Amino acid sequence: MKIDKSLPARKYKLYATWKRDMETLELPFPREWSHKEFNLPPDWKKIALKKMEEVVNKYRSVKLFLDICVKCGACTDKCPFFLGTLDPNNMPVARQDLFRSVYKKYFTLTGKIFGALVGAEELTEEMVELWYTYFYQCSQCRRCSVFCPYGIDTAEIMIAAREVLTAIGLSPRSLTEAIAKCETIGNHMGIPPAALLSAIQFAEEEIKEETGIEIKVPINKKGAEILYVPPSADFFGGPHWGTLKGVIKMFHQIGLDYTISTYASEGGNFGTWLGYEHMKKINKKLVEEARRLGVKWILGGECGHMWRVIHAFMDTMNGPLDFLEEPVSPITGTKFKHAASTKMVHICEFTADLIKHGKLKLDPSKNDQYIVTYHDSCNPARVMGLIEEPRYILKNVCRNYVELDPNVNREKTICCCAGGGLLADETIELRLKAVRPKIEAIKRTGANFLACICAIDKAAFTEYSDHFKLNITVGGVHELVGNALVFD
Amino acid sequence: MPYVEFKGQKLEVDEDGFLQEPEKWSPEVAEFFAKHFEGIEKLTEEHWKVINYLREYWLKYGVAPPIRMLVKQTGFSLQKIYELFPSGPAKGACKVAGLPKPTGCV
Repeated sequence: MKIDKSLPARKYKLYATWKRDMETLELPFPREWSHKEFNLPPDWKKIALKKMEEVVNKYRSVKLFLDICVKCGACTDKCPFFLGTLDPNNMPVARQDLFRSVYKKYFTLTGKIFGALVGAEELTEEMVELWYTYFYQCSQCRRCSVFCPYGIDTAEIMIAAREVLTAIGLSPRSLTEAIAKCETIGNHMGIPPAALLSAIQFAEEEIKEETGIEIKVPINKKGAEILYVPPSADFFGGPHWGTLKGVIKMFHQIGLDYTISTYASEGGNFGTWLGYEHMKKINKKLVEEARRLGVKWILGGECGHMWRVIHAFMDTMNGPLDFLEEPVSPITGTKFKHAASTKMVHICEFTADLIKHGKLKLDPSKNDQYIVTYHDSCNPARVMGLIEEPRYILKNVCRNYVELDPNVNREKTICCCAGGGLLADETIELRLKAVRPKIEAIKRTGANFLACICAIDKAAFTEYSDHFKLNITVGGVHELVGNALVFD
Repeated sequence: MPYVEFKGQKLEVDEDGFLQEPEKWSPEVAEFFAKHFEGIEKLTEEHWKVINYLREYWLKYGVAPPIRMLVKQTGFSLQKIYELFPSGPAKGACKVAGLPKPTGCV
């Protein structure tokens, strides 16, 4: 495929990683650079090709995905970034081809012999600029993969491709600033342990004022049965706060023996979006903390991409987690057999099971002020097939529930367009264009509460709600659970 | 790195105007940032209540307080905070108060 080089979305680029963060993370070629001036190292091409060879040989799935695409075009109009910008490089196949064409040129026989005739392209500085631009206009939502007859996973190609970019010193600040905080302070938000305690204490005080019940959240408790790991935004954000409180209240009502860790205080994993190395490193914190605290298994919170790592990568990267037990709900006795290997259960699976067994005291009329609709978070929906559980919960904790249009719902969900490192101010114009079909679908439901199970969704849709005058509250499924809980 | 000049001093900022050298913050810098980046003509006592709380919490804990805590401790509704700082508590108020830009899923 000939690469079109006059492109409407070429102007959208994420800001460059700070030199200080490159040093902290020991990223290659720490230096001053910007999204306009890459200042590539002198032997960048050699390094890039060496890294490309390494990832393609090491990750067989990536090589397979690069080799098998037949250019059928089924994916072309499934990407929100293509629909929003009409930039041909945002067609998933074309995005992949930016990488595939270079792979062909240097690593396949036909590409070496026939070159451009078979879609092989030289690796040039201009190609690197296209890489940095379009590989970071993919939120790794994998909507395209649902429609691909081969199931080619663009996200997996992007992980490998971004790893190559990182190797030549190119990475976005939207990721690396958060990763640096995660690896040095403990979470993407950069909340130190004392601040985390102060936030939880404040949540306890609020719960006491609202319900009269006194709760003490167990922190870093050795020997607790379950380690609960939410995304760190739950300890900070406006639309996330209700989820934190909802979960705390629910755990109190069922008398769960759990703990929250100040070390593994981040469910999310921005490393995923930079490449394999930091994905593994951030995920390891979780594994090691579960080991140190001696818990039986791990319960994960309302986070999106965390579940991609857990279901697709954790076992082989940092596993097997044999020192943990196969998760069993201590309240209902349900064995979470699908989590036998990962030892991690999603909070929605856990809660849906509680409701199914009648273990929660709920009054759904407490959410009567809301007409609720649900946004499927890409990773839980498409990676885990977590589609029914959140809906089952919502239908039990509120009385006005409406579905979104089936074309942008369930496994076909359209992304919040802020995953993959795109939740940055400099991408707002791009994101507003891309998310449009989802926004229109939300508008058509007439809902005034958008329930999400991902911290990025909550942040992004709150921002979009202001912009599109949606007049909608954005919050978590467990915020609504928290509202509906009845305490005697 | 981009910078702005204020009283003959170079202040390093990011592309969105967040101060990169926290030690150079002062009330005068706050006044300047408010006007220059946020279009706030004059910082009132209400603005200062928000700024002071943010700084106090940040100096103690090394991070901005949860939004709900800011709302409660200042006694201002979120809407009121948006009236004071149109870009919001994280992007507007934190910038004027000299705090780093919040990162992660917010």
